Amino acid sequence: MRDILRSPTGIAGTVLLLIVFGAALFGPWIAPYDPQAFHATARLQGPSWRYLAGTDQYGRDLLSRLLNGAPATVLFGLGATVLGVGAGAIIGVSAGVAGGRTDTIVMRILDGILAMPELLFTLLIVTFLGGGLGQALLAVAVTFMPGMARIARSAVLSVRTREYVLAAQARGESRLWIVGREVLPNVLGPIIVEATIRVSFAIMIGATLGFLGLGAQPPSTEWGLMVAEARQYMFRNPWCVIGPGVAVAMTAMGFNLFGDALRDAFDPRRKR
Amino acid sequence: MSLAYLLRRLGSIVLVLAIVTLAVFILTAVLPGNAALMILGQNASADSLAALTAQLGLNRPLPVQYLSWVWGVLHGNLGMSLRLSLPVSQVVGEAFWNSLALAVTALVAVTAVAIPLGVVAALARGTVVDLLIGLFSYVGTSMPEFVTATLLLVLFASPGAQMLPAGGFVAPGENLLGFLDHAILPAATLGLILVAHISRQVRSEMSEVLSADYIRAARLKGLREGRVIRRHALPNALAPAVAVIALDVGYLLGGIIVVEEIFAWPGLGRLLIYALQNRDLPVIQAITLLLATVYALTNLAADIAIAILDPRVRYA
Repeated sequence: MRDILRSPTGIAGTVLLLIVFGAALFGPWIAPYDPQAFHATARLQGPSWRYLAGTDQYGRDLLSRLLNGAPATVLFGLGATVLGVGAGAIIGVSAGVAGGRTDTIVMRILDGILAMPELLFTLLIVTFLGGGLGQALLAVAVTFMPGMARIARSAVLSVRTREYVLAAQARGESRLWIVGREVLPNVLGPIIVEATIRVSFAIMIGATLGFLGLGAQPPSTEWGLMVAEARQYMFRNPWCVIGPGVAVAMTAMGFNLFGDALRDAFDPRRKR
Repeated sequence: MSLAYLLRRLGSIVLVLAIVTLAVFILTAVLPGNAALMILGQNASADSLAALTAQLGLNRPLPVQYLSWVWGVLHGNLGMSLRLSLPVSQVVGEAFWNSLALAVTALVAVTAVAIPLGVVAALARGTVVDLLIGLFSYVGTSMPEFVTATLLLVLFASPGAQMLPAGGFVAPGENLLGFLDHAILPAATLGLILVAHISRQVRSEMSEVLSADYIRAARLKGLREGRVIRRHALPNALAPAVAVIALDVGYLLGGIIVVEEIFAWPGLGRLLIYALQNRDLPVIQAITLLLATVYALTNLAADIAIAILDPRVRYA
């Protein structure tokens, strides 16, 4: 942690993440208004002392809506990543440990999936599952699986022939024990770093799906959906698209910066 | 790079494409609601639904549907669009050229901006300029296309500013200036993430190369700095950047979907969303196959380009 706080990237990332997690944890409580309450006399207003971030087309307070959307966004990013990375890591580690035919077949299928642009694959799955926040989360997780499996597999292959693994084999330890105690702890680093950066992708794709109407459904306060709903009115009150747009970008940037700092901390060679 | 290597790569591309089409076919086959239902609507009678399903060939067993589709593709026949009653090759072909025009515009602009930006950042390493370029690249990689697009629209296409059109398309063959006018905002949206990504890559490669011994030798030889950078440093730093640009084509193919939807650009992305909404399977299949092919061939082209740029690289 001290290593992370030494670089400007790390500091900026940590600060952004603190703001985002603060909003996610306490946002719904500190929001000044009910996020769904219409204020008929104050539609499409810019920022003012009464409505700090302005109001949308129904006169709903934008700041309250943003704060209420924070937990969903953060949970979406973390949930999709944990699910996708977890499943991908299991597939990758199994393929790497099994080797031989199984490995070849699994990797060929993954190559096929990776040959599709990421967003195209996500769109196909989300259409298949039907729109909705949970479905979008699942689609992003499935999209993350193959890439993660590849990273996990190559990490396994690189430690497989190290002395400590060979020693464990010579001691006659079981395969499961070797994977759990010798291989996994040593491949965890690259997986965690990749996962942190992936959270920012997950948040961006989740918001994009919301924007396209395939993710969260109205009247949700999901940020991508907020931009989509306010698009018609963006020229009359730019604040109602700027607010949620900047919120998405800030959250994604926090995870991005933090992930990069984490990578540098894990890998001393990359320090510049 | 041997001929055998090339043939093997092409062979594996064909295999991968076969897996892709099969996967898409299975996915779309289990989609709830078929094209007949989408055309006739929820209130259609069971009889007319069954008749149209049979007419569209959707009641045949899945393997038969897939094989007949593959047979058609191998004979250059992509089938008929279920929704638009036009040959898929015509619909997709038109959209392809429109998308290509946008993608090429974006890529040319990106390359022209990103490489100098990366070089400048590497040369000015540790200064405010480097920090600003770095910050810009973080902001760029953290903004989803719909956010960038919306912000650009607010800035440049508002009724007050009215500098650029908010959407639409003019064919480049018809009116080049009109095309560029409409292409600036979508291309800029696509370009932002790419500029951020590529300039970061060029910067890190360039700063590595600049600290190499042969650069010191070139400087000690008394060469002017401009020549050291152009002749000795840049070619060595660019090879890895080419690989990144090829990877970014994959991103571009995805990004185009959102950007075309926002700017009403009549390309593959917009067509894909329409086809997905209407369960127009032949169109979905054709677009997926096309995008995956382009992606695979770009990766191959990148490997060849790297081998040409860097004579040490050998593929066997």
